[in-house]
Amino acid sequence: MPELSIDGQPFRFAQGTTVAAALMSSSDRCSRTSVSGQRRAPLCGMGICQECRVSIDGLRRLACQTICRDGMRVETQP
Amino acid sequence: MTVAVNATTTEHFDLLIIGAGPAGMAAALAAAPHGPSIALLDDNPLPGGQIWRDGPNAQVPKQAQDMRGRLQGFSNIRLHSGCKVVALAGAKRLLLEDAERGWVLSYDTLILCTGARERLLPFPGWTLPGVTGAGGLQALIKGGLAVAGERIVIAGTGPLLLASSATAQKHGAEVVRVAEQAPLSAVAGFAAGLWRWPNKAIQAITLASAAYRTSAHVLAALGTDRLEGLRVQVGEKVEELACERLACGFSLVPNTEMAQALGCTVRDQAIVVDEWQATRLPDHFAAGECTGFGGSELALVEGRIAGLVAVGERDKAQGLWAERQRWQGFADRLNKAFSLNPALKHLAMPDTLVCRCEDVRYADLAQHGSWTSAKLATRCGMGACQGRICGTAAQTLFGWEPPLLRPPFSPARISTLACLDEGESVLFKGD
Repeated sequence: MPELSIDGQPFRFAQGTTVAAALMSSSDRCSRTSVSGQRRAPLCGMGICQECRVSIDGLRRLACQTICRDGMRVETQP
Repeated sequence: MTVAVNATTTEHFDLLIIGAGPAGMAAALAAAPHGPSIALLDDNPLPGGQIWRDGPNAQVPKQAQDMRGRLQGFSNIRLHSGCKVVALAGAKRLLLEDAERGWVLSYDTLILCTGARERLLPFPGWTLPGVTGAGGLQALIKGGLAVAGERIVIAGTGPLLLASSATAQKHGAEVVRVAEQAPLSAVAGFAAGLWRWPNKAIQAITLASAAYRTSAHVLAALGTDRLEGLRVQVGEKVEELACERLACGFSLVPNTEMAQALGCTVRDQAIVVDEWQATRLPDHFAAGECTGFGGSELALVEGRIAGLVAVGERDKAQGLWAERQRWQGFADRLNKAFSLNPALKHLAMPDTLVCRCEDVRYADLAQHGSWTSAKLATRCGMGACQGRICGTAAQTLFGWEPPLLRPPFSPARISTLACLDEGESVLFKGD
């Protein structure tokens, strides 16, 4: 089974899984921290709300519009 | 802002179609046999739009699979998936970005098939992890989110609630409540008329759920770090439900930002088109949900008409008007039956966040008289989503007209913006 890392933790996924689905199934199931300090998770699931923006291999991407790839490095905002 | 375009990164197509959902795919397939070079652009990883979203937990209908196969069969169609429009770059030129690069694409004819998004309305607790859109949850499940054994409440309005409920149940979730805000009389009247669109009646029966309640809406999401339960109004009663997830969406609103930025007319939140699917701008067409929410069948026939007109096949296009009329009838009934209860405008409490990007509270917005005034004072709509969520909510809550989108239309990399450099000078509309 292919594997990526989310904030350094390994996560195994089925082929075709979106990074948003991976985030919501791992650790605290969140994607970012808001400007007033709230933890947030993917909301719209279709590329509109930007709640799922994360860093993927160093580039800012929307998790809901990105398919998991083996070896990917996903970092949520602390 | 006046900037310039580096010509070395430009590619040209006879026909550009933005959006590879049902309308965009149908437009490309209708136009392709006539030979134009076609670029079909979509910001998702795969074509199909929201309704035909593919993934490890998705079963894409045969019609969608066939259309995808036919798209691949045309060598004159170039599919750009995972690609966003960042800015206008002059007349009939757009700055684009995908995961690898930024570049400028020029076109002779454009068909906008930008679809629709869910209307998400603020209520206490709606920012808690565990709360998603209704179609949003369906999309996330199709994308591989496991929900087996979870208690889920689905709320909001429209047939999408039942579709989302069916998807969640199929993947092992316990749907404890489906809360439809419309009254039983409206929903029953809508269902009773479905015999005129036989396949829609079959869909409605397949999707029926024992947890379904009408005149029901969420009052508050409860929990500290994540969703633990809900307070729901059901008729005259208030019920409290324990659950791990809430999927809540209040029907769909057309994505018209791109059309507005280009200068097309938008009225009642939809791109205005004539019987040829033409917008106010010459050589610029629009089809599908972005011209008004109406379902995939309407989107398909509108897409075919736009694709045919774009290659000059007006007679063939006119032959499809009757079919479009039939599905428009369905859309009209749908929008009437599921119109929003005014009580939904009053769910937010003073400290409920309305703008989730800049964390702006309802009380800080409500004292203003317009979007512009609220935006200048509070930063609402100035975050990453550019008001796509809170601007739509404010339109519903306060009747404020959302402003024009400013470039970049979505967050873009500096290297993409650098495709616009010194030299040939162009103007971003709206500035």
